Formats: sequence, structure tokens, C-alpha cells
Amino acid sequence: MSDATQTQDSAPEQSKNAAMKAQLAALLGERATVQLDLQNAIKIETSLQNLIAVLKLLRDDAKVQFRQLIDVTAVDYPERECRFELVYLLLSISENSRVRVCVGIDEDAVAPSVTELFSSANWAEREVWDMFGIYFSGHPDLRRLLTDYGFEGHPLRKDFPLTGYVEVRYSETQRRVVYEPVHLTQEYRDFDFTSPWEGVQADIAPPPADEEAGA
Amino acid sequence: MGEMQIRPLTLNFGPQHPAAHGVLRLVLEMDGEVIDRADPHVGLLHRGTEKLIENKTYLQALPYFDRLDYVSPMNQEHAWALAIEKALQIEVPKRAQHIRVLYCEIGRILNHLLNLTTFAIDVGAMTPLLWGFEERETLMEFYERASGARLHAAYFRPGGVHQDLPDGLTDDILKWADKFPAFIDDLETLLTNNRIFKQRTVDIGVMSVEEALDLGMTGPCLRATGYAWDLRKSQPYDCYAEMDFDVPIGTTGDCYARYLVRVEEMKQSLRIIRQAIETMPEGPVLAENNKVTPPRRGDMKHSMEALIHHFKLYTEGFHVPAGDSYTAVEAPKGEFGVYLVSDGSNKPYRARLRAPGYYFMAAVDYLSRGHMLADSVAIIGSLDIVFGEIDR
Repeated sequence: MSDATQTQDSAPEQSKNAAMKAQLAALLGERATVQLDLQNAIKIETSLQNLIAVLKLLRDDAKVQFRQLIDVTAVDYPERECRFELVYLLLSISENSRVRVCVGIDEDAVAPSVTELFSSANWAEREVWDMFGIYFSGHPDLRRLLTDYGFEGHPLRKDFPLTGYVEVRYSETQRRVVYEPVHLTQEYRDFDFTSPWEGVQADIAPPPADEEAGA
Repeated sequence: MGEMQIRPLTLNFGPQHPAAHGVLRLVLEMDGEVIDRADPHVGLLHRGTEKLIENKTYLQALPYFDRLDYVSPMNQEHAWALAIEKALQIEVPKRAQHIRVLYCEIGRILNHLLNLTTFAIDVGAMTPLLWGFEERETLMEFYERASGARLHAAYFRPGGVHQDLPDGLTDDILKWADKFPAFIDDLETLLTNNRIFKQRTVDIGVMSVEEALDLGMTGPCLRATGYAWDLRKSQPYDCYAEMDFDVPIGTTGDCYARYLVRVEEMKQSLRIIRQAIETMPEGPVLAENNKVTPPRRGDMKHSMEALIHHFKLYTEGFHVPAGDSYTAVEAPKGEFGVYLVSDGSNKPYRARLRAPGYYFMAAVDYLSRGHMLADSVAIIGSLDIVFGEIDR
């Protein structure tokens, strides 16, 4: 017995998730693919058309009861064909189980809002809209949430710069807060620390300094 | 009688208001003194934590977690450390697990002390705040003695904790734990049966279990509705599975029930603190895997390899295998989760921080409809809202 254990990866947990995976695969059938990832969590992949049906089945089925939508978020993959991936994290407190439902979505596609199914999706979707610019149809109140009034752009997209585009300050002369383009007194310092040694091929001779030191 | 134009009164609550618990601008549409609709405008404290984390190495990202819910910093760090440990599949030494559990529970008491006492001052009781902050100071000294900082500790690290506890600290914590129940009793004499406090909180902001689940409630707010759900019990992490404690639940799901649940949770936290100290084994406090955890300072004085490891870890950092995972802990407010997407490099590709308070704030509209203006203050106070984690 090792002196440390990761309870989340223990054996009973593994068989429980495998059983849940089989159950979900039977429940969802053609609509989605269910798989266990490397960390033994259940991941469901579906399409935009089937999203509402899948979430409704997961919520209402008496055997699984994923009645809590923990979070909705997105990940930006600019190089992919479907630029964004929407992630819905669900929790079943009666079965003590978690799943995440992943849907690929294009930059100009519209996602169906799930606020009808889960009230907690309201602000979660607003944040995804704010941060990624993914539009949700049927959302009751899709306004920006975390960014400034009148903000432009979607900050969590990979092509949005870390420093943003505008900065604010209080102007003594104008007696109000003014917006100006970001001015950095020095370049943003983004060091690439990844090891330079790994790229060196074996056939390149070691630098002569080493030989001198050895002599 | 002709057509009458009714103009609802719109009231701005905040952003600078002591009962807003931070920078909340709550736009209230009022019908007389009754709230028709509450529209919280949040984000005034938005610092772009998720974006910043994408541009930092895994270890550099850790101190941002102190700044989310700044009332119980280490509980957030815990989620980040666990998420990385899960992705890297590293094991945490037993002693480090006990220290982390000990400090998570201290964090829980820190949080509940702040919440209960500021909640009390919101509804008119001044004294608990003055008493509670004195206790918080004692607890923050324990933070300081372990990590060097009262609030922004950066103490939990992937693989364990940064330093071992100094000599005599656990004895002092035990001594404090003997005295603290008397404080809880004092607090309860001031509030639990206080007529004014009950008038302000009983039957205000009521939620059923169904509603709480639908609104994404977790933590004490869910338990106050009567559902015994605690991640420390149901999905235990670190050494919580070995700890003996109860999960208090409420029955009514109102502001008063949330208060009662938190008071009882402090008592249960004390039990966990005692057990964590009494069963704490000797041994290392950081996993001995120098590809992830830094070498001890002493080794660096005479081992070249240790020096190289130290340099590499604090410049390049460690690489996390590609994949995505969700890790959640029972923070004092509720479920705090990290959805981590890694691409195999030394920086997270995306880190989504699931803050419990975010969903509480979203529920304010639902809970305060039909209540009086003064009740909205009680509702916000009882939900335990801290803007560091809501705005991120």
C-alpha cells in the first residue's frame, strides 16, 4: 500500500463510471458518443442539433438524473474547422456522478440556449457570449456580463491580445473617465522558456568548450 | 377612468454600498417597496484571471487562485493543485494531505466567520462583526506562520504544500480549537434566538431542493434546503475520506437556515481540524518528483542536479499531458471547480474557474422577486457573495 492515494482514481470509482458509461450509451443511442477519458471521467460528444435532446434525456431519465448544470463554458481552437467547443458540465447528485457534454460549434453558428432546461445556464451562457462571442438562440437576456459597458471584442478568444485594446483613466481636464488605446511603456514580455536542448539533433558535435573543460 | 401610465421606480443599489459585499451594482425595479425584478450588474472587479492563466505556467497561475475568493484563499488553491495532480497522476504524501485538509478547514472557518458576521451587520447586528474579525485575525496568523502571508498564501502546490509547518504551530492551533467553541456559543447567543435577526431572515429568500438544483446552488445554500450533499463526503479528495464529520443540513431553505448550516459547519470544521492534527504523520510535504516539485533548498547547496531542476521548474515549469479534466472541491461557499484543458505544453490551454458565488449571484433575481427592498440585503448576505470569485 502506498502512503498516498488519489481517491478520485480508485478502483470502485472506475467500475462505477464504466457502468454509468454503458448506461448512458444505451440511453443516448445514436444521438451521442459516450467515452471514458484518460482520467476516467465520462465525456459525451454530440452535435448541435442533438444538444437539447441529449441534455433533456440526461436530466429527466429516472436512472441517471443529471439534474444540475454545474457550468457551461467554451474552448477556442482557432485552427480547427469547428472553431469552438462548448462544454456542459452536469452533475447527478442522486447517482453521485459527473459528465461533460462537448459540442463543436463554428464561429458563425448559433447554439441553442438550454435556459429552458436549467436556470443555471442563464448566466453561464451570458458569460460564454461575452467571452467567446458564441450566440445562443432563445436566451431570455443575452447581454454582456463581466466586461465593461460598451466593450468590444470577446476577450477569451485566442486572437484577443492579453493586454486588450483600450485602457481607461480618469482625466482631470475632462472630469470623466476616458478610454485610450493601450500604451505599454515596454513591450509585453512573453518569455519562451521551453527547453532549447530538445531540438538539438544528436549528430551535432558538442561545443569545443566541453572538451577543453574535460582535458 | 382613462389609461394610466405606471412608471416603475428603478433603484440603483451600489456599486458602492456596504451591504453589497464588494462592487455590485444591483438595478432594482421596484413596485413601491416590493422588488419586481433585480438585475445584478457584475464584472466591476473583472481582472481576466482565466485569460491571464492561459499566459502563465502552471505554477505561476497558482497565486491567482488566492485572489478569487479572497476570504478563503487556500481552498481555491486546493482545486488547482488537485487538477494538476490529476492530470500528471502524481501522488501527494500523507503529511501534505493532512496539512492541506487542516488549512482548508481553517479557511472554511475564516470564510464562515466573515460571512456570518457581515450578514449580521447587514441586518442590524454590529457586535458579531467586531468579535468575529478578532477571531479571523488569529486564524490568519496561522496562515502567516505556515506560508508567510495572511491572505495570499500560495501555500498549496501541485504535489503537496510549499513548506512544512513550523514547530509548535499545531499545538497553538489545538489550543485555539479548544477556545473557539466558546466563541461560537457567544455568537449564537447574539444571533440564533435574536428576535430582530429572526424577523429579518426567517422565510426570506426561500428555495426548495428542486429550485436549488435548477439554479446551480451548491455548498451551504444547497444544504440549507435539506439535501445532504457535500463533496468532501461524496467525492472525497486528499484525506477527507478518513475524517469523521457530519454534514449539517437545514430544512427550510431560507436565509435563517443558511445561517444555521454555516454555524454548524464551523463546529464540524473544528472536529476535522483536531483529527487532521492528531492523525498527521511525519514525512515529506512535497511529492519527491523533481520534474514537478522543486528540490529542497538544502539539496541545492551541494547537488548540481537539484540546482538544474530548480532552475528549469521556475523558468520553463513542468509540462502537463494533453487532455481536459474537471476537478471540483467543496470550497466554503460551494463547489469550486477547475475545468482544465492542457495541450501538453508548460502553460494551460484553457482554465475555466467555476465559482460557486457566480450562480448565487445569478439567483438573486429569482430569490428577491416579491420581497421588500430590505430583504434583498438579507438575501445577498445569506448567499455568501464575494466578488473576487464572481468577477474573476
